[in-house]
Parts: sequence; C-alpha cells; structure tokens
Amino acid sequence: MDLTYTPEEEAFRAGLRDWLARVLPELPDRPAPDDWPGRRAYDTGWQRTLYDAGYGEVHWDASPTLRLIFLEETEKAGAPYVGANFVGLLHAGPTIAAEGTPEQRARWLPPVLRGDEVWCQGFSEPDAGSDLASLRTRACRDGDCYVVSGAKIWTSHAEVADWCELLVRTTPVSADVPKHRGITWLALPMDAAGVTVRPLRTLAGTTEFAEVFLDEVRVPVANRVGAQDDGWRVSMVTLSFERGTAFVGEVVACRRLLGELAARARANGSWDDAVLRRRIGRLSAEFTALWRLTQWNVSGARRTGGVPGSGGSVFKLRYSHARQELYEAAADVLGPDALDLDRPWVLERLSALSYTIAAGTSQIQRNIVAERVLGLPKGR
Amino acid sequence: MDFRPSEDQQALRHGIREVLEARFGPEALRAAVEAPALDRELWRALGDAGFFALCLPEDAGGVGLGLPEAVLAFEEAGRVLLPGPAVATFLAAGEIEGAAAGETVVTAAEGALVPWLAGADVVRGDTGGAVAVRSVDPLTPLHRVPEAPDTGTRRPAPLGSGAQGPDTLGPGATASLLRAAEQLGSATRTCETAVRYARTREQFGGPVGRFQAVQHLCADMLVRAELARVAVYAAAVTGDRLEAAGARLLADDAAVRNARDCLQVHGGMGFTWESDVHLHLKRAWVRAGLGAGARRAEEDLAAAL
Repeated sequence: MDLTYTPEEEAFRAGLRDWLARVLPELPDRPAPDDWPGRRAYDTGWQRTLYDAGYGEVHWDASPTLRLIFLEETEKAGAPYVGANFVGLLHAGPTIAAEGTPEQRARWLPPVLRGDEVWCQGFSEPDAGSDLASLRTRACRDGDCYVVSGAKIWTSHAEVADWCELLVRTTPVSADVPKHRGITWLALPMDAAGVTVRPLRTLAGTTEFAEVFLDEVRVPVANRVGAQDDGWRVSMVTLSFERGTAFVGEVVACRRLLGELAARARANGSWDDAVLRRRIGRLSAEFTALWRLTQWNVSGARRTGGVPGSGGSVFKLRYSHARQELYEAAADVLGPDALDLDRPWVLERLSALSYTIAAGTSQIQRNIVAERVLGLPKGR
Repeated sequence: MDFRPSEDQQALRHGIREVLEARFGPEALRAAVEAPALDRELWRALGDAGFFALCLPEDAGGVGLGLPEAVLAFEEAGRVLLPGPAVATFLAAGEIEGAAAGETVVTAAEGALVPWLAGADVVRGDTGGAVAVRSVDPLTPLHRVPEAPDTGTRRPAPLGSGAQGPDTLGPGATASLLRAAEQLGSATRTCETAVRYARTREQFGGPVGRFQAVQHLCADMLVRAELARVAVYAAAVTGDRLEAAGARLLADDAAVRNARDCLQVHGGMGFTWESDVHLHLKRAWVRAGLGAGARRAEEDLAAAL
C-alpha cells in the first residue's frame, strides 16, 4: 500500500501547477449555461490550450496515475473540466483508440485533442434506457452506406456536436440472435441529411441534453468502428471508462465545497446546530474515502492494463448518493436562501438529482455489482 | 503510487488467516460462545505468528512492520470474531512483559467500558467502580465504569505510550483504527456470508439471490465494505488523525449495517442463536461503543473544515 508518487510524477505535478498558475488568469469569463455556442467555444478553446501546452492526450496515453494527478491539480486550481469535450475525450475517443483502424484513429482522434471537433453520444432511446441493449434504431446496409432511422434521447451536447457515437441495430433480435448481438457502433456526422436535434429542458431549467431524430440518414460503412453486430462489446469499453476516473475532478471539488459550506455555516449561525455540523463532519469522511477509492481504482487499473474494473460501479453508487447528500446539507446551511435560484449551490442541488440516474441508474449499478462482482444469479 | 496491498502484505494477510482458521474455525467459535473464556493457547499461537509484535522494531523482538500490515492482521481478526482484548494487548507489546508473545493478556478501560476485565492479566487505566454488566455480545465480557463527571464526555483511553504505531496518531487513535480494521473484516465477512446464503437458499423454485430486492441489499453491503476498506487502509498508510477518525466512522457503519442486512438476507435463520450472524452484529455494536465514539469523530472532522 503505497500512496507516494515517483519523482517523475511529482515533477509532472509541479510543472502542471506552474503552467495552470500562468494560464488560468488569462481565461475568458465562463459563458452562461444556456449559451451553447459560447460553451462550445469556451470548452474547445481550453482543450486547444491544453493541446498546445502538451497536455492534450493526458486522458488517453498518460498512465492512470498521471491522469489522476492531472485531474486533481486542474480541479484544485479551478480550471475548466472537459465540458463539451466529455464524449470525445472520455467516451468516443478512447473507444476509437482501442477499437478503431489506423485510418479511423488518424481521422477522428487529432481533432478531438486539438479541440476542433465535438462529439455527442447516441446510446439511450425512448424505449431503451436502463435496458440499453433493447435499442431499436435500425441501420440497413445499402451499398457502401448504412441507412439509419430511429430516435435517440438524453444526448448531451447534441446541439453543438460535429459527431455522434451511435449505437444502431443491424440484425433484428430473434431466437438465434440475443439482443446484445446485432448492435453496431457508428460515427454519425451530425450535419448529415435527416438528422434533427430537439433540445430537452432539464428540471434545472437548462437545456443540457437533447433528442436526436434520425430519418433515413446515410452513414458510410467506413464510419463503423469494430465489426458489424459487435457494437455492444465495443461500447462497453466506453462505459467502463465513464465509471472509472470520469468523476475524479468532481470529488476534489466536493471536498473544496465542504470547506466553503463550513465557512458559510459558521458565518450564518447554522454551525450551532450539532446535528447539521455532525452530518457535515461525516460527509467529510465520506468524500475523503471517495478520493482514496479513486486512488484504489487507479492502482487496480495500473495492474490490469488501464481498463477500469468493477471499482467503478462501487464508486459511482456511493459518489452519486454522497453528492446528493452534500447538496441537501448545503440547502440546510442556506436555510430560506435554498429556495432562491440566484444563490450559490441551489442550481447544483437540482443538477445533483441526475447523478443517481445518468450513466446507469443506481438500481442498474446494484444489479451490475450483484451479478458481475458478487456472482449472484441473473436477476429477475 | 500503488495503493493495493503488495505481494508481501497479501502473504502476511494469508498467513494470519491460516493461523486463525486453524486455531479458531467455526467450531471453536461456537464452543467459545457456549463457554466464553480466553483461549490462552490461541493467544500464544498468535504471539508466535507475530500478531501482537507486528509493528515493534526488530531489535526489540518485533517483526518491524508498519500500521498498514497491522490493519490487515486486525481485519483478519475481525473476520473470524477473534475473542479477547487484542487491540490493548497489541498496544502494550514492548511496554508490558509478555504482551508481544501473547503470554500476557492486556486490556484497558476505553470510554465507559472495559472488555475482558476479569480474564486479562493486566488492566490499564482507571477501572475504579467498575461493575460487571450482562454483555450483549456473548463473546465479549464487559464492565461498566462511571462516566467522567463533566458533560458526559468519556474518559481518554489509557492505552499506554503507544510503542507501536506512528507518532502522529498516538495510542488512542491507533486503537480506534485497529478496531476499524476489525469492523472492516466483519463487514466483508457478513457480505460474503449473505451472498453465499442468497446463492444457495431456494424459494419460488430458485435461489433467492436472483431477486433484485436481495441483490440490492448485497450490493450495498459490498459498497459499504469497500469504502470502509480504502478509508482504513489510507489512514494506516498516512497516519493522519482525521483520516483515522473518518475510517472509524465508515467502518463502524459498514460493520453494523452489513450485519443487519446479512441478518435480513438470512430471513428466519438470521434471527436464530444457531446462526453466526447475530455474533457479528453484537460484536460490531460493542466495537462501535468502545473509545471516543462517533460523535467525537464527526465533531473532529467538522472542526477541521
């Protein structure tokens, strides 16, 4: 059990800190949550800055430990997170890097790293959420194209994306073909004819995601990553990335928020409430442990060649609930101000409600843990 | 950084587990329940295996390892519900003759309670006015000492100078962390026990573990145990006082709630004396009740923010 870093890793950390201290004061103001073109420009501009400084590939090629240090230091310094580059950097990019041909990697990866192209994710459908494998968007082969028709939902960043990592059904489910087979992974250009994006408004009032309608959209066969009908396996690579280190920065931010909460509570008198104070003390233990769990998971990934293991589901289950509890405690510190949308933490309290749903609900995560980690029989 | 236990640490854990399984298997556990007494032979066997002297320097006759190895050893003790004041004896090694070898059994007043007062050879701390209570845990005899007269805060733990353990923690926090390691072992064990039962117990024509209602109880048990694990291990590595306090909170929670859920998964069997589940729950309650307590840990963590 070793929590120390090598001299090379410490040098990387020190260099990154210096660079952040120089670069961050010159960043423009963050755009409003509903200003999607502004958000795209801001997020891709930050990615370009990282690329020019040599940090562009830190999510892919760096060791898991360097990635952890990168996420820790950028969050501590208050730097932007991946934002609109989330899917490109953490889902589609790693998938293409792992499963794509040399030509596909050369076509799609550099623009993501340079902040030139933005990706979104077309996995969920109106009738395929937790039961993702029952997706029905059809793709029929026609010459050197697939003709795709169907509807996707909860597609984040769809309004400003250039590409969509799309799961489609190429072989219908039958007695011989279970639903996990017959799915294919395609890169869909969002400007193709027949693609319609309809923004969805979240309960927080913002348009964080969208529905995407596909009406006989022609996608070149060359845009298929992996074999036809093998898309389920290909997509699982991305999902385990998502549950691996994607939330590291947020845990760092939550630990900082705990300090801010305590300061606010001391200032407004709610710190005198022993029950609230002790709840916040316990949350501090919780988030410190979640940070240690990320180090534990990264150490495990080091041994298994970089692919995150089951620790991701354990982390996501606990973190999503802890985040919600944190903002409930924040609301109790705020008192009546918790009902004022212009106060800090109030919108975040609303956004936190998505954490036990997005990227696999807590219920599905428990199924995964029970069946794949604990080896319980297939559920019903 | 490689936070996972090293090969040497895994081998140490395996060695301790072998000693405990050979000397204190399921039958020995049930025998101890029916006739609670300190098993001196077992205690000496643990002493021979280096259990009590793990962190003593080699020139003092110890094994010369650190707190991370100690928490792995105590995790194993927690798994099998090892009876006896192992934490106090461990902390007395190097200070009290015979403790390191398991010849001398040492206990201490921790908070308002003294475990194994009558069975131990040496008792540390002020046990004036101690009264025997009918302990909820059949494997841990308890005495009650009067609370300190002030605001209900408990007496500090008189655990000696802390010859074993990092200077940063001190004996009280080291004892607390080792107890957290025992809680972790128990929480892991009850999770495994629940899963095994859910795989084999059949109702409605198949194992009950295929029902999501049961699966989700088991999944939550694993999550609690794994979060407690990283908290306990990290506190052992860093020797940080606040991390140790947090580890104790999470490990107490994991041990108590996992035992409760394990009991629930076992249905009617879980409510019987014959099943071992209640032994884990009762011991988890006792461990959580020793030392400074959850309120103090939460307050310390809050004060540091």
